[in-house]
Formats: sequence, C-alpha cells, structure tokens
Amino acid sequence: MSETGGVPPLVPEPDQVSAPFWDACRRHELVVQTCTACGRARYHPRPMCPHCGSMEHTWEPASGDAVLYSWVVAHRPVLPALADRVPLPIVLVELPEGVRMVGNLAGDAGELVIGMPMRVAWVDVTGTCALPAWRPAG
Amino acid sequence: MAATTAAIAGIGQTEFAKVIERPEVTLACEAAAAALADAGLAPADVDAMVRFDLETTQDIELARNLGVENLRFFADTPHGGGGGCATLGIAAAAVETGRADVVLCWRSRKRGSGRRPWATNDGAIAGEKQYWVPFGLARPVDQVAMMARRYMHEYGLTEVQLGHVACTIRAHAQRNPAATMTKDMDVATYLASRFVSEPLRVPDCCLESDGAVAVVVTSLERARDLPQAPVVLVSTAMGSGPQTVGMANYFGPSITTSPAAACATSLWERTDRRPADVDCAQLYDAFTPLVVQSLEEYGFCERGEGGVWAEAGELAWPSGRLPVNTSGGGLSEAYLHGFNLISEGVRQVRGTSTSQVPGASTVLVTSGNGVPTSAVLLGSDR
Ligand SMILES: [Zn+2]
Repeated sequence: MSETGGVPPLVPEPDQVSAPFWDACRRHELVVQTCTACGRARYHPRPMCPHCGSMEHTWEPASGDAVLYSWVVAHRPVLPALADRVPLPIVLVELPEGVRMVGNLAGDAGELVIGMPMRVAWVDVTGTCALPAWRPAG
Repeated sequence: MAATTAAIAGIGQTEFAKVIERPEVTLACEAAAAALADAGLAPADVDAMVRFDLETTQDIELARNLGVENLRFFADTPHGGGGGCATLGIAAAAVETGRADVVLCWRSRKRGSGRRPWATNDGAIAGEKQYWVPFGLARPVDQVAMMARRYMHEYGLTEVQLGHVACTIRAHAQRNPAATMTKDMDVATYLASRFVSEPLRVPDCCLESDGAVAVVVTSLERARDLPQAPVVLVSTAMGSGPQTVGMANYFGPSITTSPAAACATSLWERTDRRPADVDCAQLYDAFTPLVVQSLEEYGFCERGEGGVWAEAGELAWPSGRLPVNTSGGGLSEAYLHGFNLISEGVRQVRGTSTSQVPGASTVLVTSGNGVPTSAVLLGSDR
C-alpha cells in the first residue's frame, strides 16, 4: 500500500474493455490484447481491431521484455498523490509483441538510455491494484 | 474555392493578467463587445456562434448578455487547445455555405487564478487516461516531455535549441504592452531554470493567464463594407492523424509525428499559397517542442531543422526568415488556448502588430498540436 499522507494513490478504473488487462496485472501477469482474426497485438485495450475490424480478441501472455522508447522525470508541482514520489521517472517502453506502454521505473535505475533493454517488474499499489514497472535488463 | 469567401472583420480582447477578478462570463462579454465594435457591427447582426467546448460560458448565455436576437447556427469545437482555429474553420464553413452571416468565436479563461485542469486527476482514473495517469504521467507538461525526449533522440533537437524558442518569443513579448511576461531571459538563464518534467523546464511552459479574446467572422463581401480592412480566411483545416490520444501519440505509429502533419496537408491543399509565401507564423506554444514540430510539419523546414532554425535566429523579429509568435504567444503574452495567436495573426495582416513584419500579407496561425488540431492561413484582401 503506497498511500501519500492520506491521499489515495492513483489507480486505473477498469472498465468492461480494460478489466482483463488490469486483472492480469493484479496477478503480476503482463498480457497483450491480440486480434483473433489477424493476429496483431494492440494497446491500449479497445473493442475493435484497428487493422482488420474484428471484434474478437484474446489476451496473450507477453514475454516481459521491452526496450526503453522514451522517459521523463516529473518534478513539482505534481498531484498530491505523487508529492512524495518526485522526482518521479516515468517511462514509455516498446514490447517485442509490437505495442508500447507507459509505466514506472522499478528501483533505482541509474542512467537511462533510449533503446536499452528493460524487463517488467510489478508494484502493488493497493490490495486490488498492481501496476507494471520496468527495470533495465542485463 | 467556395463561391463566398469568409473573412475576419473584428477582434477584441480584455486585458491579460495572472489574476483578473471579474468572472469568465464577464470577460467573454467584454471581448465579444470589443470585437463587434472593432468590426463596426451590433449584437443584432450576430446570427451564429462557435464555442470552445472547454468554455464555461454557454453560447446562449453570451447571446443573452449581448442581446443577440437569434442564433441560426451554433457549434462547439472539441480537443481543448487543438480547437482554437477550428472555431474559425467552422465559422468560415457556415458563412461560405450561407448558413450564417456574422459569426462570433471566443475564448474566455481564468486559468491564472482558477484551478489547473490536470489537478482534478485523483484516485481511480477512468477512460483513456487510465493508461498513463496512474503512472504519474498526469500533467500536459509530462505528456509533451515524453514526446520531446524521443524527438531529441530521433532528430537531434537540443535543450539549447528549445531555449532559443523560449527566448525569441520572450523578446517579442517585451515589445508588446499587453504581454504579461516580459522579464529578460537569455539561453543561460533558460538553462539555469528548474525542470518541471525533464527534459522540459519552467520557461518551456506557457503562462497561466486570465483573459478573453473574441473574433468576428463574416463574408469577405460584407467585410469590405466594414471599417477594418478584411483579413481573409485563405485556408482553414483540421487534422487528427492516426491512433491519436492526448497529448502525445504514445501508442501510435509515431510519437514524434503530431496531428499537425495531417492538418498541414489539408491546409495546403486548399490554397495555392505555399509555406515560402508565409510572412510570419503564430504557432501554438503551450510548450516549446510544439513550436519546433509545427515548423517542420507545416512545411517551413525539414524534419530536424526546427531547432536549428530557432538557434540560428530564424524565428526572431525582424531579421529571421519566419518571425514566430510576434506578440509573445502563449509562452510570454498570455495563454488563452491560442486565441491570442489568432488576434496577433489578424494584427499582422492589418499592419498593427508591435513586432510588425513589413507588408505581411500571409500569416499562419496554428492550434494545439499535441491533440487533434486546427490551423488557419490568414491573408490580406486583394
Ligand atoms: Zn485484426
């Protein structure tokens, strides 16, 4: 539980479309929404495949590998829920499955370089929410 | 070319400040009345309004205050700062198709004294924001910084080049009595300022301002009978691009290509004028990297050259190849979702800017390009 001075932490509010993704995160499993018809992955989750129009999809396990695509370090002023986490690095990673995701940085990463390999880790934010984080691999 | 051409006949504004005590509706009324007076028109002449959908004032509320008899055309533009020039595009379409005769467009905002929109994020985050805000990518500056870092990587944009964008626009503000941020700034001062979201610093970010701007659009034919020289809406355009989310295209084919690329294609398709004909540009500058992207995406220079242009002084009045944000823009005059860029574009064509480009006859004005965006090309009559 990472609460900030009584301010509730920021968490996703799962909806009917995104719930399977966030449910898997809670189990520390990274999954990617994948089109049944054309086989292509997509993120963020949505009902229709933008490549072929199919509404059929599965949630396939991701390898957990990624490369660093971009990152920022947030400084004040930030939301009250983030106040004791600044300076806060936030990363954008690209998965070999063909999608990009925003995430946090796991641990003290040292120097970040675009293109560096990353590996998924998990942060338990509340009893019902875990978010993917990424640490430099290798 | 449509049978009827649309033109801007009037502009009006309040003072700009960090804090104005009067309410947003009052500021909207003041700017609208000033724009109508500038146009030599009365509220009874207004038959249409196009409203920013973030506006707290309803069109009928403004109409009740002004005493407008009937709105026979009304519309809202979505996408926040991307929708500024879209109000003019919609107004032009209404005039060109005979659905409206005199259209009032406006933006009234108390962002200086009011709340920060991003600060309303708390607890459980729903909708598309659930995919970035819970990780702390919560403010527009964080979202644009994510694009900017990648842009630096792909195209060699540097922090010094961003500093030149900020300093050039600040220098323009220093010539404009209406501007609210006129402190001296050089690149060394810029580099010494603190980060808000690395790689972006405080002076990479627009101001937090109170104020209002209004614009009156009518047919060129009617505008020619009014007191001000008409400012022709030579071309208007909108564009979303593919796989767009706000305010950077994290998940789409290219995070560094903004919706302005698609908007620019439409804009130039509707006119014979080319980027080389543009005398000066008022480019949406909520954050400095957006200016660099716009220079490239609207076709003034190649990819990767926007920052080089800034560093070489090409954006500076009066000596640069393309003076940019000649009133100080959102970075240093006031930030009203880019509406003050529209009024400055009009002043340039009229010849009344405080950093006037001699004989300016073609001026580009753009809206927020981290989101679905819009632009107008303004021109002198004949
Ligand atoms: Zn498909």
